[in-house]
Amino acid sequence: MKLNIVVLAKQVPDTRNVGPDAMTPEGTVNRSALPAIFNPEDLNALEQALRLKDQNPGTTVTIITMGPGRAAEVIREAMYRGADGGYLLTDRAFAGADTLATSYALSTAIKHVAPDVDLIIGGRQAIDGDTAQVGPQVAEKLGLNQITYTEEILSCQDGVIRVKRHIDGGVETVESALPCVLTVNGSAAPCRPRNVKLVMKYKRALAPMELPQGSGYGDLPYASEYEKKDYLKLGQLNCADIDADLNQCGLAGSPTKVKAVENIVFKAKENKILTGSDEDINALVQELLASHTIG
Amino acid sequence: MANYYSDINEIKFELENSPLMQRIVELKELDYADKDTHDYAPQDFADAMDSYDRLLDIVGDITGNVVAPNAEAVDAEGAHHENGRVRYASKTYENLQAMNQAGLNGMTMPRRYGGLNLPVTIYTAANEMVATADAGFQNIWSLQDCIETLYCFGTEEQRQKYIPRVCAGETMSMDLTEPDAGSDLQSVMLKATYDEENGCWRLNGSKRFITNGDSDIHLVLARSEAGTRDGRGLSMFIYDKRDGGVDVRRIENKMGIHGSPTCELVYKNAKCELCGDRKLGLIKYVMSLMNGARLGIAAQSVGLSQAAYNEAIAYARDRRQFGKAIIEFPAVAEMISNIKARLDAGRALLYQTARYVDIYKNLEDIARERKLTPEERQELKQYSRLADAFTPLAKGMNSEYANQNAYDSIQVHGGSGFMLEYACQRIYRDARIASIYEGTTQLQTVAAIRYVTNGMYATVIQEMEQQAMMAGLEGDSTLRRLKEMASKFNACTAAVKDSGDQDFHDLCARHLYDMAGNIIMCHLLMQNALKAPELFGRSLQVYANMADAEVEKHFTWIRKMTPEKVDFYRQA
Repeated sequence: MKLNIVVLAKQVPDTRNVGPDAMTPEGTVNRSALPAIFNPEDLNALEQALRLKDQNPGTTVTIITMGPGRAAEVIREAMYRGADGGYLLTDRAFAGADTLATSYALSTAIKHVAPDVDLIIGGRQAIDGDTAQVGPQVAEKLGLNQITYTEEILSCQDGVIRVKRHIDGGVETVESALPCVLTVNGSAAPCRPRNVKLVMKYKRALAPMELPQGSGYGDLPYASEYEKKDYLKLGQLNCADIDADLNQCGLAGSPTKVKAVENIVFKAKENKILTGSDEDINALVQELLASHTIG
Repeated sequence: MANYYSDINEIKFELENSPLMQRIVELKELDYADKDTHDYAPQDFADAMDSYDRLLDIVGDITGNVVAPNAEAVDAEGAHHENGRVRYASKTYENLQAMNQAGLNGMTMPRRYGGLNLPVTIYTAANEMVATADAGFQNIWSLQDCIETLYCFGTEEQRQKYIPRVCAGETMSMDLTEPDAGSDLQSVMLKATYDEENGCWRLNGSKRFITNGDSDIHLVLARSEAGTRDGRGLSMFIYDKRDGGVDVRRIENKMGIHGSPTCELVYKNAKCELCGDRKLGLIKYVMSLMNGARLGIAAQSVGLSQAAYNEAIAYARDRRQFGKAIIEFPAVAEMISNIKARLDAGRALLYQTARYVDIYKNLEDIARERKLTPEERQELKQYSRLADAFTPLAKGMNSEYANQNAYDSIQVHGGSGFMLEYACQRIYRDARIASIYEGTTQLQTVAAIRYVTNGMYATVIQEMEQQAMMAGLEGDSTLRRLKEMASKFNACTAAVKDSGDQDFHDLCARHLYDMAGNIIMCHLLMQNALKAPELFGRSLQVYANMADAEVEKHFTWIRKMTPEKVDFYRQA
């Protein structure tokens, strides 16, 4: 069965190895100090999509990412791993979006470029915001079922998807009719590596936003390649392209207001030194039982 | 997130800084004609170099983040022997899957068969990185280059049948060694007989010490000419595992490279195909196979040296004694400097050899399609001689260095290095085979010594001196030292040749070989340091000290040696 899959992906600052300069004095993320990477759980999501593509010939995997020109790197990275193409959702009007405005833009774009989508897959959450809201909100706005905390897609046949979810204290298996939205956990299978032939094929792919100001594909090195190979011109959508309501986009569409950002330094407040003696161990066990930490 | 390519600037330097690279890519891509038929083919030289860079970044990523973290578990588990078959260590399958998903197979094969059409030089860089991560896994992965021999000597039908399969990730092995035919392959007895009824060849007998012996596609050396006893009765065959008939009798219990299954094979009337012409199995095809394999072991050795260096320096920076990091003690720093110097010198030799191989192999390939021009024929002859002269040096010197470096890496670790918790002991065990298989160092000496006596190395060294002068190094103290080393080497060569005594000659061979290796590597390192002093300046100084002392040692040895003293070395 051919599937039409959209993968939602985000370029994020790599917050996993933060140094002292990770935040600006104003309390925003200092993007220049952190490398921009493919949001890790979105890579897990991409792998689930690519596995369905492996099993169902004819399936297409399309990336949609929202961000500035350089975020198109996410589309290329996905194509290096087997995605068919993608769209960069980019417009000044999208800037400053919180999760609500982001999910509005993404769902509107999906309606526009993939009205017959079977499956929308994204990572559980992005490492820069950690909200886990965008996936569920996209589902809500499109009126689709959603399956969160996806660990593995067990099957996808005859319009029904069976998914193993990672939940507190165990796993559960659920089914949904297509189309639906999945958000994928970091504990799901890691994404496959970049494929060298695909890298060589797509390395020159660019979104219009990435071109030097005032120039077109015809002005680039290897210009004739862009004429011959459509896949080297990545999709790009702005507000007008998807008929988005400006009041629901970007800062205007974002009810979330950041009041303040604080630096938190973890400090040990109290500590207790135990020896390995039976007495100490017994005392600790009793204490933990009493506080219901164990038992 | 380690990346064995982007973290190691010396590799990138070796690929980008040789004037030969342009010629290599030109020969490999032939007017960049593939760009019209294959969407992943380069448009021009710069585009090809960019693609190589991106490809190696992927290899660096996978080796650093998948293969290396799996190495300890693979070493502990080893390969399993089950019902006549091999089951790899479980993490080996993970490694293979990552390499296959990345499409890192059929690296040097033409695109029309699904290959990546990479120069050997680029493949060598990948090989080195895989070995840094896990030398045992490098064995399995790099045996894909056996396909080169099938490509060169097989029929078009065989090429179309097998090459795409290797490009898709099927593994290979070369079945040469037998219990009574190790270094002396002329004694191979595995019987190949023609089955008139079914119109095919059949193999009967056994093989031993076959690396990755349960592979999908085997190249087998067997005796096709009944009644013969020497190399001229041997032919090369292709055995396809899909046809069946070969079982694994046992897997050897080895000291190192545990992930790589070393098999004893039994051939029971196994169907096979003749590859190339009868009787040329050993004298032509195995020689070709071995030359490729030797370059592969040279790359493996450099990878092991890099691993030994990585472990040594990390430990020495971290470990504190007497109130400071041990790297601050000169006795420890010297060991690490020596490892780095041997690594950089050996790597320079490795890539110079790979480039020579690239030029002559690509010209040979072109010669299969059309007649070469007289200039091309001259070029082919020149580079094929250089490749023949450099390959045994690259393999022998680097494999000995890998052992020395692994030894020193353990020494840097002190008592901890003797404990199995640290990676340096695995590297030490893995390195031990490098100076043995694909021809021991002693056999590399045999292969190289003719280039000592015929003056080839001396000429190469002289040309390098001239290049250094032209590059403005006249009066440079390192060049002066190198010239002194060269005159000692020439004096020793003359003394040995003048003696006219074969035993004396054979006994001195290893010493002359080492001298040539030291001088050539020091020159190559000097060329590198000229272009990138920040990368190679220190190693050059350290290596020059080491090479100078080594050459002096061998000079003294040969000068004080006489044919009469050979008797003291005879063992009953």
